[in-house]
Amino acid sequence: MAFATKLVNREASLNQCSPILQEKHRPAFDKLWEILKPPVREVTIGSEGHQLKIGGKYVLYRHEFTYANPTAIAIDVTDDMPEDQLLSRLKRVEEYTYRYIGQDLKLNAIAVRCTSDDPKTLAKAVKTIVSNSNLPIIICTTNPEAAEAGLAAASGKRPLLYAANTSNWKSMAELSLMYQSPLVASAPEGLDELRSLVRTLGAYGVQDIVLDPGTFPGEGMGTTIANFSTIRFAACKHDDELFGHPIMGIPLVAWTSEGELPEITKWNEAYLTSLLIARYADIMIVHSLDGWALLPNLVLRQNLYTDPRKPVAVEPGMRVLGKPNVNSPLLATSNFALTYYTVAADIESFGLDCYLMVVDSEGLSVESAVAGRKLTAEKFSQALEQHNAKDKVNHKNLIIPGRAARLSGEIEEVSGWKVLVGPLDSSGIQKFIREKWNPAPQTS
Amino acid sequence: MSDSTDGLKKALAKAHPNLLDALSRFQEIELHDVELEVDELELVLPQMVTSVTKLVEEAAAEKPSQLLRESFIAPPTKYNTQIIEVKLGATKAEGGSRDRTLTIGGETSTPFQIVSQPIKNMPVISLDVFDTKIPLAKPVKMHFSEVLEDPTAWAKLAVEKFGAEMVNLHLVSIDPMVKDTPPAEASKTVENVLQAVKVPVAIGGCGDAQKDLDVFTRVAEMAKGERLLFNSVTLDMDIKKMAKAVKDNGHATIAFTPMDMNKARELNRKLFELLPREQIVIDTTTAALGYGLDYAFTTMERTRLAGLMGDPELAQPMASGTTNAWAAREAWMKMPPEWGPTELRGPIWETVTALTLLLAGVDYFMMMHPAAVKTVKDTIHNLASGKKLAPNQYDWVRLRKLGD
Repeated sequence: MAFATKLVNREASLNQCSPILQEKHRPAFDKLWEILKPPVREVTIGSEGHQLKIGGKYVLYRHEFTYANPTAIAIDVTDDMPEDQLLSRLKRVEEYTYRYIGQDLKLNAIAVRCTSDDPKTLAKAVKTIVSNSNLPIIICTTNPEAAEAGLAAASGKRPLLYAANTSNWKSMAELSLMYQSPLVASAPEGLDELRSLVRTLGAYGVQDIVLDPGTFPGEGMGTTIANFSTIRFAACKHDDELFGHPIMGIPLVAWTSEGELPEITKWNEAYLTSLLIARYADIMIVHSLDGWALLPNLVLRQNLYTDPRKPVAVEPGMRVLGKPNVNSPLLATSNFALTYYTVAADIESFGLDCYLMVVDSEGLSVESAVAGRKLTAEKFSQALEQHNAKDKVNHKNLIIPGRAARLSGEIEEVSGWKVLVGPLDSSGIQKFIREKWNPAPQTS
Repeated sequence: MSDSTDGLKKALAKAHPNLLDALSRFQEIELHDVELEVDELELVLPQMVTSVTKLVEEAAAEKPSQLLRESFIAPPTKYNTQIIEVKLGATKAEGGSRDRTLTIGGETSTPFQIVSQPIKNMPVISLDVFDTKIPLAKPVKMHFSEVLEDPTAWAKLAVEKFGAEMVNLHLVSIDPMVKDTPPAEASKTVENVLQAVKVPVAIGGCGDAQKDLDVFTRVAEMAKGERLLFNSVTLDMDIKKMAKAVKDNGHATIAFTPMDMNKARELNRKLFELLPREQIVIDTTTAALGYGLDYAFTTMERTRLAGLMGDPELAQPMASGTTNAWAAREAWMKMPPEWGPTELRGPIWETVTALTLLLAGVDYFMMMHPAAVKTVKDTIHNLASGKKLAPNQYDWVRLRKLGD
């Protein structure tokens, strides 16, 4: 039963239950899978050990259940790029990392666009990618000849093939089956056409299908967002199997508008990306590698894919940073994970020996918690008592976050401690301690 | 999020016996303690599909040689309840002195899901104006450096240069810990701003419940009939007095609660006894992208869904203090060069925060950076347009020479 509970909690998958994988239990497996499988099929791209899973969604709204498989972000290259440029772009994609609440936020795949329309050129570019990187690949061409050359060059890497459309679907379906590659069904002309295509590909035997209802910039954004919403709504709320596949968004379409400054196009691509992350895209192709354009989207993706049942909070308590003594400063912060990690990292990089008292703000940041009365003078006072602050230091000075400044007088009244209002951002702690902290503080 | 699983439960009620059935037939999974754990299963097991797929059957048959035609009829997405409409500002004929009024709310479905149906009231963007110099991030400050100590000039700039549909005047100087500006003086500032701009105006306080009430009451009387939007009434305020000031003088108010649907319900329950619902907007708190936006988003999305599904206590238009996006250090802090200048990183941070909440159902945005304001305005227009574009103009696969 413990395993069954894990199964329904999505903490374990059915494939981890080895007895049921035996042939004699196939009916039981099938029956369980029919019940347990998500309304949006999970599709795997990439070679063994470097797999990228997309889709596998159980719900429409994140409060219903944690979203599975964060939106994969693929960056494009073209097959007619000079090799050194291709390699340097590949390297930038692999190295792009942002450290956020103890996690590395990264890009996930490479999309090679066949701009040459030449099978050999595409094959060469794909070869260069697979021999220099383990990133999962999306091969982008509607020309079946080129597609085949690309797939052959990526043999064993299980690339995602973009795309089958209402005219080339038969050749693409054959290729998808032959090379065991998942296939994008692309029908920007409309949802009827998309459904027809999915049904036809399914009937042809292709199972791993990704939906491309078309991404349009500017005035086409309304149709785009409505289509994405409708597809996922139909799959999750109305058991619509034809739409029960991962959806691909293509913010790169922002680059089809001509005559804009590159910064404007990057801007347009960036916010289109954010709309698609919030509206159910499972995989996306993006062009700009600029830090400022990608960062908000990687953070947004992380935020929306966290478990809504578990607040991103750390345990309240007294943390010891470095080797503090009885004269060391005592600082306070909230128990919102991001606040805590940021403050602790800033203090550590500055090399300050101190106590950091984590006050229970119910997982909210200092500013929101003060505004929402989750951080109050009483909370600070209780924390001082509860965590034996007076036994840790022989002064009675508490440094509170700048964003809790309005509580300073009240904390002094309630707790009897002297309150020093710290900086608004923890990056200012070093300067604050240097200028404001008296190394021999009064022992009131 | 105690009731977060309510929707699930309903969907699962019919499904979990199937699971138990399947599990019990599978001999190697031992079933014990079932009664206790069924609850857990019920809570977490998402909606599921139990039918056998048509696709599997078809795959076994002959491979198609022609495209199999399917059509799609979108499942119904209209809800029973319409979100209340709130009118902001009053023209001369209506007892005020604004040259236009704005109405927010009135939705019958989740945001931008139905493209064929025109949006009744477009979400409104107001620009923040402060009555005293406050610390602002550099990329924001550069646009307002001339007017930082002159709320009247600031309001004019917001409307005339940056296209503010409304002005959000924050009376931060009334804070006893800042300047403790007396109500009469604060009221004078509001009067000046009302003379300087003709768009509807919202009036923000300092967060001190008593002082806000004193000032709001005074301002409400001074500007009787203008249908100001007060920001805000909170649970720790004297709600009766505040509601009376709003009602007697024909204004509207934001009801602010800290990311908690039950608190939002509680405050509305109290307000509904004192004030018509057409005078109430709710704000369930906005946290910045990366700093709790997920909570803000989910609280608003759930609030809106609950409202649409018939919870009268949550069927009010929603407001967002989107300027909070600038609390994120990624928005304002100097970072290594690969992360770009704050002149881009800052406003895109505010833009992404706003757009995410737009999709949760926000009707009234309080914003700061001109580029973010413009982008959100354009996006609202684009999302509402419902235009179908010809796919062949967007052949992105063969686009060449995009540069780095």
